[in-house]
Amino acid sequence: MNTRAIYLFAGVGILYVLTGVLLSWNVSLNILILGLLSAIMALGVNMQWGYAGLFSTGIVGSIALGGLAVVFVSGNPVPEAFAAGGWQAISGLAVAVAGIAAAVAAWTYMPAGRARNLAVAVILIGGFFLYRGIFDPAVERIEAFDPATHGNVGGFGLNSIWAWPVGGVFAAVAAWAIGKIALGLREDYLAIATLGIAEIVITAIKSEDWMSRGVKNLVGLPRPWPVPYEVDMQADPGFLAFCANWGLNPTTTSTLAVKGIYIVMFAIVLSLLIWLLQRALNSPWGRMMRAIRDNEVSAAAMGKDVKRQHLIIFILGSAVVGMSGAMYVSMLGQLVPGEYTPLRFTFLIWIMVIVGGSGNNWGSVLGGLLVGWLWLIVDNAGPLIMGAVTAGMADGALKSHLVDVAPQLRLLTLGVALLLVLRFSPRGLLPEK
Amino acid sequence: MSDPFLIGAAMTGGYGATDILHDCTIAVEKGQIAVIVGPNGAGKSTAMKAVFGMLNLRGGSVRLNGEDITKLSPQDRVARGMAFVPQTHNIFTSMTVEENLEMGAFLRRDDIKATLEQVYHLFPILKTKRHQPAGELSGGQRQQVAVGRALMTQPQVLMLDEPTAGVSPIVMDELFDRIIEVARSGISILMVEQNARQALNIADKGYVLVQGANRYTDTGAALLADPDVRRSFLGG
Amino acid sequence: MDLLNALVAFLNFVVIPAASYGAQLAVGALGVTLIFGILRFSNFAWGDTMAFGTMAVILLTWLFQSLGISIAPLPTALLALPFAILITSALLLGTDRVVYRFYRKQKAKPIILVIVSAGVMFVMNGLVRIIIGTQEQNFADGGRFLISAGDFKAWTGLAEGLAIKGTTAVTLVTALLTMAALFWFLQKTRTGKSMRAFSDNEDLALLSGINPDRVVQVTWVIAAALAVIAGTLYGLDKSFRPFIYFSLLLPIFAAAVVGGLGSPMGAVAGGFVVAFSEIIVTYAWKKVITYVVPQSWAPDSLMQLLSTDYKFAVSFSILIIVLLFMPNGLFNKGK
Repeated sequence: MNTRAIYLFAGVGILYVLTGVLLSWNVSLNILILGLLSAIMALGVNMQWGYAGLFSTGIVGSIALGGLAVVFVSGNPVPEAFAAGGWQAISGLAVAVAGIAAAVAAWTYMPAGRARNLAVAVILIGGFFLYRGIFDPAVERIEAFDPATHGNVGGFGLNSIWAWPVGGVFAAVAAWAIGKIALGLREDYLAIATLGIAEIVITAIKSEDWMSRGVKNLVGLPRPWPVPYEVDMQADPGFLAFCANWGLNPTTTSTLAVKGIYIVMFAIVLSLLIWLLQRALNSPWGRMMRAIRDNEVSAAAMGKDVKRQHLIIFILGSAVVGMSGAMYVSMLGQLVPGEYTPLRFTFLIWIMVIVGGSGNNWGSVLGGLLVGWLWLIVDNAGPLIMGAVTAGMADGALKSHLVDVAPQLRLLTLGVALLLVLRFSPRGLLPEK
Repeated sequence: MSDPFLIGAAMTGGYGATDILHDCTIAVEKGQIAVIVGPNGAGKSTAMKAVFGMLNLRGGSVRLNGEDITKLSPQDRVARGMAFVPQTHNIFTSMTVEENLEMGAFLRRDDIKATLEQVYHLFPILKTKRHQPAGELSGGQRQQVAVGRALMTQPQVLMLDEPTAGVSPIVMDELFDRIIEVARSGISILMVEQNARQALNIADKGYVLVQGANRYTDTGAALLADPDVRRSFLGG
Repeated sequence: MDLLNALVAFLNFVVIPAASYGAQLAVGALGVTLIFGILRFSNFAWGDTMAFGTMAVILLTWLFQSLGISIAPLPTALLALPFAILITSALLLGTDRVVYRFYRKQKAKPIILVIVSAGVMFVMNGLVRIIIGTQEQNFADGGRFLISAGDFKAWTGLAEGLAIKGTTAVTLVTALLTMAALFWFLQKTRTGKSMRAFSDNEDLALLSGINPDRVVQVTWVIAAALAVIAGTLYGLDKSFRPFIYFSLLLPIFAAAVVGGLGSPMGAVAGGFVVAFSEIIVTYAWKKVITYVVPQSWAPDSLMQLLSTDYKFAVSFSILIIVLLFMPNGLFNKGK
């Protein structure tokens, strides 16, 4: 890190401190938690873009898949629902996967011609109806069980910290599938294809009630180890004594303490990632990746398997993003499918990466913390500011409209910010060396 | 001695930091054929592109009909009566033959029918295939479309970058005949050719370039007769 | 067995909605493919350009309504179209001037332009939400039905009704006129031909004296017209909500890719391929099948291949199949 980076990070630190002093420390720490998560997401995206030049618009899909992992790993088991159709639903999905695998195998190993086309079509169409035949009744029975509180198949009820790596794996598997298809084609095809897969993932999470209760939201997911619950802390005599000793308010102190623990945990994950990524970047592998990014043709001529390397980095980047998605849901304690919009979770992350500095890991962290702060401060301070701006105006339609649309201003602002950075400082705040 | 009709005089320059051309001079008189030959990498195409304004010169000048056009863009040179046929990608593959020719005449505001008929007269096959997409034609026919497109501007100078690359010997002879015909109509021709012997045969003037500089300059016939040129560049 | 009723139900629930939706997608995909052909990037701001244009139409519709101007039974929106196209053209030309032109002169890689267009998307999205808000707007004020289901049943005595909504007729006629005008322009006019030449071979177009700045400007104006028309037809037929327009990107991109990016004919065909597939796959066939098969075979389930929630999965699957097996699209031979 050079002095420029230190100044910039200090500047962002001051923003958070000012938020704490002027608004509230609770808000400031909240934003910091989400800023750290955004930084991890930005790191994952930076791996794909900064190291390999891959532009994916499916980040929100990876994040949502990570969230889904929490549902399966840590959701409360619903044994009745599982007994009603769990195994059957799983075998239905297995049939679907086997069908696709068989179709791919037939396509790969059969000689080209009508027989092959016919075989693939028969496998896919037959497989689809077989899958629906097994899967649909199972889902119906699962969703029939106590739909007011459950209706889902349930999870393993494990501590949600286990869901973090699983979220990474979920996103990695999806990335493998999409990468196999879209990498190696024109670069904007990857952007279009990932936009599509993300849309499908979100649709599934919204409408597959057996999985995540869909838009009814799945609440009550446990916190990751070792984060305590505020109510438990406030009931703990030791904690109360500690507060009394230092003259602290137990409610505020417990809230801030929980946030502090999250911040420490996420900061540890972030530091580990950066350490790994910096090492990787300076290893022969990292040099090869940059060589491929800067000149695919000559790298290919030198015998590098460009497509394979792209696939690897695409999977790894998505895995990091997926893990952060799991961290997010495990912290929230609930999966809210309606939250996953491309603007918030794909394009905003892109802005973080580009504003921070493509190809620079520290830049992504800076971008995550800075843009994350900007985005969230509007939620908290926006109405205040708009209130102040419109204070002198007479009450009326225009004033209430302006106050209503205040949150939308951030779309405009961030769009303009992105365009300005791309135009005047395309290498970002912290350029790659 | 007065200036030739078109001259790139003492041209020095290249695409990036390194110069490809060194003090290189190329010229063509009114209604004559000038041919640039030389080994691979001699800067033949570069010299041609320099005359057409497709790279920045660090030294030397280009003059057309006595007027200094060194600073003009290729588009402006088209407007002054220069036409250029690139070696590859020289037709609009998705458009019909006739549309290709119309696009050649894009800058003209007058009636182009007469010119169109002239081109069809020169290349009769194009008339029969006028409504076919140019991308579906054979290699030789594509070159005819390319030359035809360039002629549609009614140029005073026609510049051809390896017009016979990739066509059969019969088609090549045919194409050279047409080029002579074009020159007889008063249009100056400047072309780069890989097939040096055949090209010098029809050339009024020949330029042998080596490493971006003039090595031999003489009439086509004299170059063909020169034993040094024959030994080094024409394979004996 | 009742083939006539089956046919009417099929027309009413599959063919007519798909034709209408397909026409909307086709006009939208024409814009995407045109921008791709001339400016050589996939415009991620396209959905929001459509939203912006539609918003302009809605605001003008309200203005005309308040002034008492009407072209009933046609929707007032049609009257607003030309003005909205002017406004949107100004926006796109302005955007090109302050944003895209810089990258074009730099000869930036297409992917950079894609990212830049994402920035433009944010700005337009913000503008639309600030000006008109995020709520749903219905602005179809023309005649509701050309033929209502009830009338149709009364005329024919069939059990099934065939309804043609006013907006369906408006969509089909407007889309057809738009496409005809665009193809005439591209095939027959000097400027149109120069655009095709530019798209085919930029360097040779320059050598022929075609002015690239002019080609680009004309392209943006046509794109504005297509965005406004596609967005308005969709909004009249369904309703206007800014975020829905963003998600139209996927089926529109799919349509453009199916036909081969850069090919106008392909975009039109692609629009209908995507729309028909989407509706055929997500339609509950129970009704039609019940008419066709003997009574004892009548299905119990909905006979729906995929729930309507997954309509985007259909566009996506088509996209993937095309990308895998014919990356140049159905209509771009050997390019």
